[in-house]
Amino acid sequence: MPEEVRRIAQLARLRLSDEEAALYQGQFSRILDLFSQISKLQAPALDGHGQIPSILREDEVLPFSNPEALVGLAPEREGGYYKVKKVME
Amino acid sequence: MNASSIARDVASGKVSAQEVLSRHLGSIRVSEPQVGAFIRVMETEAMAMAKAVDEKRRQGARLGRLAGVPVALKDNLQVSGVETTCGSRILQGHVAAYDAAVVKRLKSEDAVLLGKTNMDEFAMGSSTENSSFHPTKNPWNLGCVPGGSSGGSAAAVTCGMASLALGSDTGGSIRQPAAFCGLVGLKPSYGRVSRYGLVAFASSLDQIGPLSRTTEDAALALSILAGPDAQDSTCSKKSVPDYSAVLGQGVKGLRVGLPKEYFLPGLDAEVEGSVRGAVEVLRQLGAEICEVSLPHTRYAVAAYYILAPAEASSNLARYDGVRYGRRSPSARNLEELYELSRGEGFGPEVKRRILLGTYVLSAGYCDAYYNRASRVRGLIRQDFKEVFKKVDLLATPTAPTAAFRLGEKSSDPVSMYLSDVFTIPSSMAGNASLSIPCGVNRAGLPIGLQLIADDFQEQTLLRAASAFEKAKPFPRPEKFSS
Repeated sequence: MPEEVRRIAQLARLRLSDEEAALYQGQFSRILDLFSQISKLQAPALDGHGQIPSILREDEVLPFSNPEALVGLAPEREGGYYKVKKVME
Repeated sequence: MNASSIARDVASGKVSAQEVLSRHLGSIRVSEPQVGAFIRVMETEAMAMAKAVDEKRRQGARLGRLAGVPVALKDNLQVSGVETTCGSRILQGHVAAYDAAVVKRLKSEDAVLLGKTNMDEFAMGSSTENSSFHPTKNPWNLGCVPGGSSGGSAAAVTCGMASLALGSDTGGSIRQPAAFCGLVGLKPSYGRVSRYGLVAFASSLDQIGPLSRTTEDAALALSILAGPDAQDSTCSKKSVPDYSAVLGQGVKGLRVGLPKEYFLPGLDAEVEGSVRGAVEVLRQLGAEICEVSLPHTRYAVAAYYILAPAEASSNLARYDGVRYGRRSPSARNLEELYELSRGEGFGPEVKRRILLGTYVLSAGYCDAYYNRASRVRGLIRQDFKEVFKKVDLLATPTAPTAAFRLGEKSSDPVSMYLSDVFTIPSSMAGNASLSIPCGVNRAGLPIGLQLIADDFQEQTLLRAASAFEKAKPFPRPEKFSS
């Protein structure tokens, strides 16, 4: 299970300390017990449910009054670009 | 003082917006050091807004419906030029570039925005103890939590630091703190209020709504907040009724159902007694009471704690240390930049939910968890649809207990999750619900009555709440009134 917590943390791009991994590992078994309640429901009862209507609009580009304020939220930038660490060595 | 009375008095010139503000700032100076309701008090901005309202009046211009009303905002709502932290270290220093739709609406009605209130980080929690900054205390008993995640908003209104506050509710985050603090807390139907400018937690569930002292204030606030918005595609185009107009209509002939799944053994006896007493008041006022059943209620908490973290894990992927908020200084490459910025920036509950959400969506588990929970949600929704063919309203406890003590549940996530057991089903169904105070227990803590109505039937909720409030005025301690 600690390996499982680490694997999930990796998928979520979340660095955990050893203490955190151990803590979550213990808590997850209780939380998964809670989740297992829904596995008691039989499949036929579930058929045809859970469709949430999708509400989509046209993907139109609208001007934003102050784009500089948005880009300015970045912790590091250079010119009009977001600055990040090297992707490839 | 109530928001509606302040707006009337400011509009008539009985009092100036600046006088009202200075009274509330006075309350903040007295109460805030003990209660900790705010992350930021916008004193300078509020003074400028109050001054502008007074100036507008002097010039003879027509004032808005919230003229001079000091309103506190949960810190997940964006106010242009003001820091929005969402209760998280990862967003510390994040200055909003635009106003949330609800903030625009408040400003256009001449409200005075007083500050940003404390909350569980990213609205994940039921006690406001998960704030990255400080816990908020319940003004009724400083050893107790105010509820959460909109605990700061609830505490601010409770002790007269704000006249009205906005919160957000994903699984009970407006109604449960309202119950714990003796306020009216309204969760509008999904789609009633635009979420543009609300920091997203679980987008299929999140709703914004008011916390207030009276039903009249809740109706006034909803009349202003509700309505279509092109910038939130989930926001309904349905017309907005005049919620204030229904307040005097009484409950005669209204059919009120008591869902038996909300009154099971184990429910706190004082909560049950108080809620049943409130139902009796409704009966005496002319409502018809009957028992009903929502058979899938017992699956709601499990399904919610699968769906909400799943959505959160996706919504919170945007905090990557590149475009917003905190960036780890010790990252050596891009992968570490993501992992360390997130690992250092998020608190324990947010990490727990991101991990749970990632897990239930991951290959091999998605069917057993996420897809199944989505279908359970459909069943819960169908339960409500069926029951609302027979009754107009449901009456239940808002929370299984009154406010619990600080620290009491913070080391046990499951027991914290279960404190939302009565508010989650209505969130999953997306219908309208409200909490109104219905009593005080022997320990001196408020108890909340939850009323639930069908989608877009907020007027029925407000009508019943108003009749109840008139018949049984809530005893709020003198020291909390401003």
